[in-house]
Amino acid sequence: MDWQIRDDAPIYSQLVAQIKLGIAAGALSPGERLPSVRDLATEAGVNPNTMQRALQELERQGLVYSQRTSGRFVTEDREMIEAAKSALAAEQVRSFLDAMARLGYMRDDILRLIEARIKEENGNGEL
Amino acid sequence: MANFECRGLGKRFGQVQALESVDITVQPGRVVGLLGPNGSGKTTLIKLANGLLTPDDGVISICGSAPGPETRAMVSYLPDRPMLPQWMRAQDLVKFYADFYSDFDTQRAQDMLARLGVPADRRIKQMSKGTQEKVQLILVMSRRAKLYLLDEPIGGVDPATRDFILATILNNFDGEASILISTHLISDVEKVLDDVVFINNGRVLLTSSVDDIREKNGMSVDALFREVFKC
Repeated sequence: MDWQIRDDAPIYSQLVAQIKLGIAAGALSPGERLPSVRDLATEAGVNPNTMQRALQELERQGLVYSQRTSGRFVTEDREMIEAAKSALAAEQVRSFLDAMARLGYMRDDILRLIEARIKEENGNGEL
Repeated sequence: MANFECRGLGKRFGQVQALESVDITVQPGRVVGLLGPNGSGKTTLIKLANGLLTPDDGVISICGSAPGPETRAMVSYLPDRPMLPQWMRAQDLVKFYADFYSDFDTQRAQDMLARLGVPADRRIKQMSKGTQEKVQLILVMSRRAKLYLLDEPIGGVDPATRDFILATILNNFDGEASILISTHLISDVEKVLDDVVFINNGRVLLTSSVDDIREKNGMSVDALFREVFKC
């Protein structure tokens, strides 16, 4: 995974968000065994205690479960993964709309811009 | 029991009050950053923890004991300036450390020397400043100590090596050990710290976990430091 830690938010919550994104986007498959806390922490360049806290939070949310002897796994509950994915998508849309509102665009203009953009990408054969 | 604890710690050098009523606790498994501007008392605190200086006020305990011969066996110390005999070769130093410290892991030291590309048969005086620092840090982190006291461990090395060294530090200490790192290169070490202690003019200004600072202030520890110590 490609870890990016920004300066403006707690590290553990960013780790939670990035692992969640990995699960929702399918980079981490349902039922897949996660690397050890130490290996994940090394990969992300963070303190192992912080990574541990992030994984515990994901466990609390149900996206990850641990088996006492064999480690931590991504949930096999596809509905839950789908729900996490929808929540992430809704968040993206919300922050996009906020940014457009700050630029002074109304809903109709925004829709028109999106449609135009999609048409353009289709025209280029990109989508 | 805390791996490091000081209460009401004070130290004077003549008229200068270098440290005053300092309280710090470092629990097992924690990596703590000791952050402060130049002359704030970081090195004095670390030297007191080592028993290289004696306090004028207050008490220090390392795993329950006052600094002395028995705590030296538990503490691995990286000084803020070169400490290695210039005429020795890296490979001699590994043997030297293995003789001196029963908790020294020779294999680990040799692996790290190889991975960081340090020529083991070269004398210290023939190495660059950065390479000398690497050797010092490798020797210090190759002990299986209870408490690592690292005084400015990454000042002289390039950013890529810095990342590798920080990863090495994290990988090479077990859950029962603790690390106290003094530095002003905060943005580089921030992600590997559990807690930070800000000190200024010999006093503790703030003790917090890294994520609490980010949560409360909406900024990194580095940004907060720049704000608090703005010149």
